[in-house]
Amino acid sequence: MVNALDPQNINSFSEASVSVEIETEDMTLNIGPQHPSTHGVLRLVAKVDGEKVHDVRPVLGYMHRGYEKLAEVRTYPQITTLVNRIDWVAGFSNEIPFITGAERLMEIEVPERAKYIRLILTEMARISSHFVFIGAYALEVGALTPIFYAMEDRERILDLIESVTGGRFHPNFNRIGGVKPAAGAGPTTKKDIQDLPAGFYRDTKVAMQKVIEAANQFQNLIGGNEVFKKRTKNVGVLTVETAEAFGVSGPILRASGVKSDLRTQTDYLPYDQFEYDIPVGENGDCYDRWDVRVKEMVESAKIVLQAIDSMPSGPLQAKVPKVIKVPKGRTYVRAENPKGEMGYYIVSDGGLGPYRLKVRTASFSNISILPNMLEGALLPDLIAIMGSLDFVLGDVDR
Amino acid sequence: MTEVLIKVGLLAAVALNGAIIFTIMDVKGASWMQRRPGPLHVGLRGFIFPVAEILKFVQKEDIIPTEVDRPVFKWAPAYVMVSCVALFSIVPMSPTLVVADLELGIFFALAISSLGTIGVLTAGWSSANKYSLMGGLRAAGQLIAYELPLILAVVGVVIQAETMSLVGIVEKQIEWGVPFVVGGQIIGFLIFMVAATAEMMRVPFDMPIGESELTMGFMTEYSGIRFLIFYISEYMNMFILCAIASTLFLGGYHAPFLPTEWVNFYGPVVLLTKTAILGFILVAVRWSQPRFREDQLQNLAWKILIPVSLINILVTAVMKVGF
Repeated sequence: MVNALDPQNINSFSEASVSVEIETEDMTLNIGPQHPSTHGVLRLVAKVDGEKVHDVRPVLGYMHRGYEKLAEVRTYPQITTLVNRIDWVAGFSNEIPFITGAERLMEIEVPERAKYIRLILTEMARISSHFVFIGAYALEVGALTPIFYAMEDRERILDLIESVTGGRFHPNFNRIGGVKPAAGAGPTTKKDIQDLPAGFYRDTKVAMQKVIEAANQFQNLIGGNEVFKKRTKNVGVLTVETAEAFGVSGPILRASGVKSDLRTQTDYLPYDQFEYDIPVGENGDCYDRWDVRVKEMVESAKIVLQAIDSMPSGPLQAKVPKVIKVPKGRTYVRAENPKGEMGYYIVSDGGLGPYRLKVRTASFSNISILPNMLEGALLPDLIAIMGSLDFVLGDVDR
Repeated sequence: MTEVLIKVGLLAAVALNGAIIFTIMDVKGASWMQRRPGPLHVGLRGFIFPVAEILKFVQKEDIIPTEVDRPVFKWAPAYVMVSCVALFSIVPMSPTLVVADLELGIFFALAISSLGTIGVLTAGWSSANKYSLMGGLRAAGQLIAYELPLILAVVGVVIQAETMSLVGIVEKQIEWGVPFVVGGQIIGFLIFMVAATAEMMRVPFDMPIGESELTMGFMTEYSGIRFLIFYISEYMNMFILCAIASTLFLGGYHAPFLPTEWVNFYGPVVLLTKTAILGFILVAVRWSQPRFREDQLQNLAWKILIPVSLINILVTAVMKVGF
């Protein structure tokens, strides 16, 4: 580079052009750990050139709670309390793969009715998680109203979960070999068979119809909004190759056009007995990721309605020994959580608790794609892309 | 001198009250659209909560970070507020109830409204905060871009009314029998409202604040009374631009079928009603729309609004000369 300010060089510049390159430094911008739209304590260190972002580096670990280590010194029934808090927006669905893994090692056959109740509550957790996403994502692209609508609709689902499990966020409802006697079923005596609370079927049917209505409403209210389309269409396009290379899963992968859903691919819950679609996107942009989740809510509601209609009767709990000891062995169970694939690798040495528990969470793999996707994005797009990945920091850091 | 002081005092009082009314309207409108009760406990069903809000902010500590450019940081809110109040001085409540009926009235208004840009830019620059800086720069770019369509939209009205005085513009509309929004300036009105929304930095043009991106934009480091000044100025600006829009396009203080000799009594009420209706539209837009991106906003200004407003001027001029 010729020094333009050097008097000797002035002639060479005076003729051809007046473009003098000004050296500008990129500004390092710390987005988070305390920022309105990082969903908690994610920190992104980004280099910004005006509005343009490049070289984004996520910094994790602000929420690390050491659950994998804690699990090693706890018994199996105690661990359900821990795993509830991994992805707290869909607390119930975290329990399922862990409990299923322990049951597989113990070779316990879970009663059909318990499986159905698990399935219904898992789908409800999925719906409530997607409601949070819809509201929060609208907030991130600047629309302040939809979150109130989403929260109101979600409340109906949380009320149902509470009426069965006694907890809104952290149900802690699964037991090895089945589910806990429902909370709303009355006082505990040994003779009573405790089951779902009175009126649960009726309330659920009403609530699921409302979910379908709400999904349509959101399709019109947000999805049909021109500004929203402008902000999200062709923004943050994720190709199938990149997504698969980074181990992205769940709605994000499906939005890129891959029809991959563990509910149909594995048998951790009896999903094969219901009819439902797997919504798939076309372009893999932010709009598709939003759209896939809204459609998924409708499908989940349909699954719940079918499950309510074909609910088998029978016990809620299989016969299990009083002291739960899992035989020596190892297993990996994965499940389709609202955020994507969640898996537990359980290594048992025959004791009361696992020798080692490895948790594979969806959000951790999903946000690993952030530096790739955010290269060259604008700052408002950074927020839009980050929001469309729908991660929860508890799910990232564990 | 006393007369001037009284006038300025009245002006500030009316503008402040307008801002308070618009705050109530915004907050209550939001809660109505969001299916929640909103403020309920201060005064009559929460309707005087802005007073409590103001008192709260006045009591709060005015934190000035150590790294800021102190004088610039301290003065920035004043620019914004002064530009708002000065803007209101030319809005006529009736032919005689006007602080200054300037010959170049609307020209003065558009000139003085640029003063606010300086305040916003200096606030962002002096805060020594990267988010504030980005907010300030965004605000500067946005306000400069939208000043143009705002002026060009008004030019159509000026051509049609053959005067720049706001009283003159209203009188012309009375003479015509219909407000300008019906009488050929509908496009000008729409452009004016869009550009005014951008000038107020309200959704969908609120990137300078953009709380999900820049936390609070250029206001991030402000607290206490200085934050209050920004906050009130936002609503004051909204109130005043709506008042100007209703004067230019909706016939101002004039209402049909009412005796013109009593205009001093009903004039303010009519003007405030029209202002409130426009304000309500802005509230409805704010609580139902997402936010544009910075480049989309600039595209909208330079590629759509400015060409359309130029065509609007051309058509208005041809109609004026030809017929």
